[in-house]
Amino acid sequence: MSEKRFDVIRATGGSRLALGFAALVVVVLATVPLWTDQSTPRTLVTLLTLIAISQMWNLLGGYAGLVSVGQQGYLGIGAYGLWLFADRLGVHPFLAVALAAVLAGLISIPTAGLVFRLHGGYFAIGTWVTAEVFRLIVANVRQTGGGSGVTITSVAQMETGTRMMGTYWLALLVAVGTVVAVYLLLRSRLGLALMAIRDNEPAVESLGINVFRAKLWAYIISAVGMGAAGAVIYLNLLRVQPSAAFSINWTAIMIFAVVIGGMGTIEGPIIGALIFFTLQETMAQYGSWYLITLGVIAVVVTVWFPGGIWGTLTKRWPISLFPVRRILRMSGRPGPGAAPLGEPQESVE
Amino acid sequence: MTVLNVVVQGLLLGGLYALYAVGLSLIFGVMRIVNLAHGDFSILAAFIALLVVDAFRLNPLVSLLAVVPVMFLVGFVLQRAILNLTLSGDEMRPILVTFGLSIIMQNALLETFTADSQGLDAGFIENSSITLTGDLAVGWFPLVIMGTAIVVITGLNFFLTRTQLGRAFRAASDDQEAVRLMGVNNQRVYALAMGISLAIVALAGVIMGIRTTFDPTSGPLRLIFAYETVIIGGLGSSWGTLLGGMILGVSQALGAYASPGWGVLAGHLVFLAVLALRPQGLLPKTANL
Repeated sequence: MSEKRFDVIRATGGSRLALGFAALVVVVLATVPLWTDQSTPRTLVTLLTLIAISQMWNLLGGYAGLVSVGQQGYLGIGAYGLWLFADRLGVHPFLAVALAAVLAGLISIPTAGLVFRLHGGYFAIGTWVTAEVFRLIVANVRQTGGGSGVTITSVAQMETGTRMMGTYWLALLVAVGTVVAVYLLLRSRLGLALMAIRDNEPAVESLGINVFRAKLWAYIISAVGMGAAGAVIYLNLLRVQPSAAFSINWTAIMIFAVVIGGMGTIEGPIIGALIFFTLQETMAQYGSWYLITLGVIAVVVTVWFPGGIWGTLTKRWPISLFPVRRILRMSGRPGPGAAPLGEPQESVE
Repeated sequence: MTVLNVVVQGLLLGGLYALYAVGLSLIFGVMRIVNLAHGDFSILAAFIALLVVDAFRLNPLVSLLAVVPVMFLVGFVLQRAILNLTLSGDEMRPILVTFGLSIIMQNALLETFTADSQGLDAGFIENSSITLTGDLAVGWFPLVIMGTAIVVITGLNFFLTRTQLGRAFRAASDDQEAVRLMGVNNQRVYALAMGISLAIVALAGVIMGIRTTFDPTSGPLRLIFAYETVIIGGLGSSWGTLLGGMILGVSQALGAYASPGWGVLAGHLVFLAVLALRPQGLLPKTANL
């Protein structure tokens, strides 16, 4: 019997190619405002923020096993945070986006302390209640403009070209940032813990992993991403109203995109966001029918094709553009510097 | 209106919230599903009642004779055709499916009936009241609602503890495998449970449609009220549910009395306080149902 060696594979030729291609796409996207008319970047901001919020919802639902239907709460906080920092405190609007994201993250910590007492479906409605609380507080306080909302004057007064370009690049940064953040997070120790918790929580807990802390990090990061996306969305829209910024439809959009594209994968939310965006753009004149259509597709996918588009594809062809799994491969001959028998080159944490 | 009056109104409103909540906790007890479309089904029932009332010139209370069986059937078919398929494996599938149904129903109702507020008119019973003391008057209708809630909860308790099928319900919640070995058809038990849940929420939806206005997007708030009632009262306790409903009702009534915009928010805050201080609820039950 020849000596067996185990290697942990974390990237493939295909995935390296995909990474290169993704970098190329980002570079091309970054130059868009330089060679198109003004409406293209504006439309693309919608798509990019859609990718960001879907990716952030997937981190919770797809990786941490936390189905939240209250993420619109942090999106709304991002929107009102932009107004607070830019209009009331005089921070430059583009910097205010970052502060709004931090604000959403800070508010998510005590909120998690409450909603983490609940599980499964009750956790889901609990998060919904917290989003409603945020909305009602904003709607009932006269200083935030009440139910009729506020116009973000400092942004509205910016020079149009600067505002458009800045908003577009920020949207691109947030979209790429959320994808890269989830990718790096999942390749880290914390990511391994999250995926293990999703698959078997009691087993992970018995191994001494701090389940609460792992989930808390996912929740906070998701809130920060939602806050950043919310602020960028309202850089584009300029007028914030509590009923729109804290609307449950935001969460419906994220969930439908993630479920259709493929939950628990990085590729899925991007595919789902593209599909959502296409349908929204083409069916806009038919009122809310696009939301009904996507809802029906999402239900069908959840019941009969649980992996979504990407999951169903990869079941047939084992491809992975953003590999976050650790694949153990046994090789017949020891490679240069290979680890001795039974010990993987890179420890499976 | 005096504070005492406000408290009494709130207490009686609790009966309606309990009606909303028992359906939610019944299916959670039997099959561990939280139906995120629970509130939207109550709105669907109210719209069906509206159609029946308009078509036959009936009192909405009479329309219940049609609406309740129809919603029972909707629940039965929904569980059999779709939700039963999501019970195996991942616990988040039923959450995602019922959330999807919630959004679909809201928008489909919006496209069919527009966003206008609707109301159901039950005639004289809505407006007549009995005067207890000088300035304390209690409406007949809130009393009827509270009576209905007590009858439904007692009936459900009797059904679950004293009948063959009720025992199958409780057994299914304890151990699915063992129940199947005993020859009980799980899939059918689940479908019946969802049917009963939607029948009760249909009753609640029509009553609430008489009491106040509704529109296609009112569903989520109804779900949240039902849910807060369940959590405040304590999971799995039917009389706790009634207590939870009363606490929620009184908090909302007092909040609204203090300032018109704060009613619902006051209810949410009391719920969050219970979650922080006593997460098991006020009257928790260790048993599964």
